[in-house]
Amino acid sequence: MNVPTDYVLALSSILFVLGVLGVLVRRNAIVIFMSIELMLNSANLALIAFARAMAPAAEAQRGHVLVFFVIAVAAAEVAVGLALIVAIFRSKRSIDVDQVSSLRG
Amino acid sequence: MTIDLILFFGIAFIAVISAISMLVSRNAIYSALFLVLNFVAIASLYLLLNAAFIAMVQVTVYAGAIMVLFLFVIMLLGAEKVETSPSLPWQLPVAILLGLVLVAEFAYVLFGRVAQVGGELVGVGEGFGSPASVGRTLFDQYLIPFEVTSILLLVAMVGAIVLTRDDRKEDR
Repeated sequence: MNVPTDYVLALSSILFVLGVLGVLVRRNAIVIFMSIELMLNSANLALIAFARAMAPAAEAQRGHVLVFFVIAVAAAEVAVGLALIVAIFRSKRSIDVDQVSSLRG
Repeated sequence: MTIDLILFFGIAFIAVISAISMLVSRNAIYSALFLVLNFVAIASLYLLLNAAFIAMVQVTVYAGAIMVLFLFVIMLLGAEKVETSPSLPWQLPVAILLGLVLVAEFAYVLFGRVAQVGGELVGVGEGFGSPASVGRTLFDQYLIPFEVTSILLLVAMVGAIVLTRDDRKEDR
């Protein structure tokens, strides 16, 4: 009648690995940042799957609350991270992470 | 093969394909749009897992607000195509090797039964995952974390404004 938890966890780990590969392979800083968002989302998916697994218990909805907090923190992280990328672009004229290798501004 | 499983595999296929497309597309705008598709697919998975409120939050906050911010910054910087500088030649093989190691670890945890989860799923109670009941849990038991989150968002907003402020105006 419903989706087994193992399947959802497998999908979550596949998406997480894809996010890790994106961080390791791509050199566009914005795409690296989007890959980090993908990893956060796969972790959220695992949390929702665990909440569904212990569903009839009253405590199960704490998983939903945790996902809510993760989304809020991710929103704050995106705001600051994109501001950092804009600031780096102003001084270096590039967001290629290979060219942002010196600490001097 | 119940209807839920068919739905799950369809949505999972869309999510994985859009994630791969996000990684391989050369244009950052396409990457962002594929990521929106991925977020919407995961939101429908949340609906399948009886998490209605989180699905709506996912669509509005992630697929709506955050990705609009991404697209705005990409277009502001004109950075949809980063020139491919010569990267480290061993970067791609090492990345794939490390990814495979991570896949092996996940497979060991999932199929090696290191941590048994779930078992048979039983039906959820009335209103599980609805905005009313999640909100009741949130404001009954997690009120102080909620307020701390609001302060965190305020700090992030101030930080973003300070970081992107143009310092050159003050020199004149």
